[in-house]
Amino acid sequence: MNIGTRKILDRSFTAVGIGSIVVMAVALMIVVVPIITNGIGAVFFTGTVEHRKMLFSEFKRGDTENLSSEVASSNRYRAKVYEMLTGFEAELEAMEPEKKVEFKGKYSEVRAALQALLGPFPGDPEPMLTRFKYGQTRWEKAEEKLHDLLYESKWDNSNPEVMAKEYFVSRAIGFQGTSLVKLFPYVKDNLDKMLIPEFTFYWGFITDSSVDSHFFGGIWPEIQGTFFLAFGAMLFAFPLGVVAAVYFTEYARPGFLNSMLRSANSTLAGVPSIVFGMFGLAFFINTMKVSESKSVIAGALTLAIMILPTIIRAAEEAILAVPKTYREASLSLGSTKWNTIATVILPAALPGIITGGIISLGRAAGETAPIIFTAAVSVGSAIGLADVLTSPTPALSWNIYNLASEHEAAAQIRHVQYGMVLALVSIVLMLNLSAIVLRARISKKLKG
Amino acid sequence: MDARESSGSAPAQKATRDMYLPPERKKIADGGTAHISAKEFSVYYGEFEAVKRVSADIMSKYVTAIIGPSGCGKSTFLRSINRMNDLISSCHTTGALLFDGQDVYGKFTDEVLLRKKVGMVFQKPNPFPKSIFDNIAYGPRLHGVNDKKKLMEIVERSLKKAAIWDEVCDRLDKNALGLSGGQQQRLCVARTLAVEPEVLLLDEPTSALDPKATAKIEDLIQELRGSYTIMIVTHNMQQASRVSDSTMFFYEGVLVEHASTAQLFTNPKDPMTEDYITGRFS
Repeated sequence: MNIGTRKILDRSFTAVGIGSIVVMAVALMIVVVPIITNGIGAVFFTGTVEHRKMLFSEFKRGDTENLSSEVASSNRYRAKVYEMLTGFEAELEAMEPEKKVEFKGKYSEVRAALQALLGPFPGDPEPMLTRFKYGQTRWEKAEEKLHDLLYESKWDNSNPEVMAKEYFVSRAIGFQGTSLVKLFPYVKDNLDKMLIPEFTFYWGFITDSSVDSHFFGGIWPEIQGTFFLAFGAMLFAFPLGVVAAVYFTEYARPGFLNSMLRSANSTLAGVPSIVFGMFGLAFFINTMKVSESKSVIAGALTLAIMILPTIIRAAEEAILAVPKTYREASLSLGSTKWNTIATVILPAALPGIITGGIISLGRAAGETAPIIFTAAVSVGSAIGLADVLTSPTPALSWNIYNLASEHEAAAQIRHVQYGMVLALVSIVLMLNLSAIVLRARISKKLKG
Repeated sequence: MDARESSGSAPAQKATRDMYLPPERKKIADGGTAHISAKEFSVYYGEFEAVKRVSADIMSKYVTAIIGPSGCGKSTFLRSINRMNDLISSCHTTGALLFDGQDVYGKFTDEVLLRKKVGMVFQKPNPFPKSIFDNIAYGPRLHGVNDKKKLMEIVERSLKKAAIWDEVCDRLDKNALGLSGGQQQRLCVARTLAVEPEVLLLDEPTSALDPKATAKIEDLIQELRGSYTIMIVTHNMQQASRVSDSTMFFYEGVLVEHASTAQLFTNPKDPMTEDYITGRFS
């Protein structure tokens, strides 16, 4: 091959390398940017007076005087809405039966849309679920609900060849000729006065418990549960993994048993995490009976088994990377094997071992499947450290899945899901960052 | 194996308990007695015989140089004296190697105690990634010295013996890897001296160093001469002739000639030795 071809090949390899890095960076941005922008929406958003009402009555937070003056001013505008409704109801009673039936259906839709927007009407019985006690707490949701009030959604099925298409019809047209027709422009124009949107920094999203299965409130129980599970798993897996790695690298003699153990370890690293979840249920809960049913300890043990191979691998590699000369030097000074391991090899391997450990910690924090059957519940309060042996806990990873797919009002609490995703990503990122910092510090100390 | 049984073990077992007595109770004649003696001693790596039936006496308090071309078994011989070859699982020996009359590879020999008495400095400087103080104090701490004041004394004494005290006395708490290569090697010598060995094995201690640092190590060997039994493996024949009292010439695992340095370099008995020292092959 002549020199020109080789140079061209060299350049094209460089270009491919740079290209793949760029593609990865773009993909990362596509994933990360929505997570961050949407996730931040859980904490920073435009909140309505309903949000402040909810905070006051559920969490006893907020300024009483300010709130009551806000409520009073919003009620002044709302009063006119309710006035129109009662007016229309009287008009409805006086209608001919045919017309009455037609309008009654339409009217009940309007009423429901208004209730979703503003909360229960005065004089209605107190709703059972907290979510129905308040109107829209977030302004962008209120705007959606306003659209629902102003327009009726219809489906165009005229052409069977193509998928039905949604289109909107103004409700005001349906009420042409009645007194209610004035309601729509009124609500549209005065919604901001009825809901009083205000920029809100809801720090409590991180520290509050959830109210009415994540409709309101925060995600503290999930964050705490995630920490309990991840650190619990580390508590078991890290010492065990390091000891196993020391055995594999320093003590095990090459042979059938050793190679079996090693391949078992590698296989374990590739087992799908749901299998670990089933194993955890079958072994720790049903056989070992570490707890009556789901508990933090059962989940932590299951996660520990899952991350053990990774920790062993990382520790093994870190130990093998310690220069042989350290070992020789230590032994030549008359130290025993164990002395050498404890005072020279492990300290020198520490950066690698810790990095492996923290990356595993991040994985344990993010893993869903192993805790489904062993530790996670969808809704729950924060548990104390004393309860880890008996109580299950909500955890970020499981609750993200649960809220996105299983929750009955999944579409209405997307901001909570994104908030949880952002919290989980931040936790994992912070763990990895601390691994990098810790590694750099120890390496610097070792290198002098 | 048989050779070892017959030649080594009878006096060796008798000496088991006396071997690691305090130095003042032991009768080490001032030069002229064999400190280490090999009898038909062979080292194998698996099937390969790296050192072939070597018989030699290494005199106490002498500086003995081991020369020979690469792969001739000189390092293997050196490393078998403090059993560093144990790290290689395929390595085994036959014949006898006696240290103070005790079989190094005997059943009752504790290699940890042996290595305390037979210190070693390696080809590449290998300080631990710890502070200078901790490097020197590592050995004494292993052997039970924990008193801070006493450790400080040992560290100072060892560093002074290794002629590096003046260069590092103001930065004992700094990482040893920050020193230059020559300084690191002298630090390694000091670290070995800190456990108060009787024998110092130097495995090509200057091959990774520049001429200036090499000269310092050679000066150091001159200073230590007479206090320790020193064995030095070297590729550099000038170095061997400069620093040693006696010289061993190995070729393909065989000890070709062992004589006083003056004699070996001026009047070698074996023609092969002559060829090697005159540079006809290497």
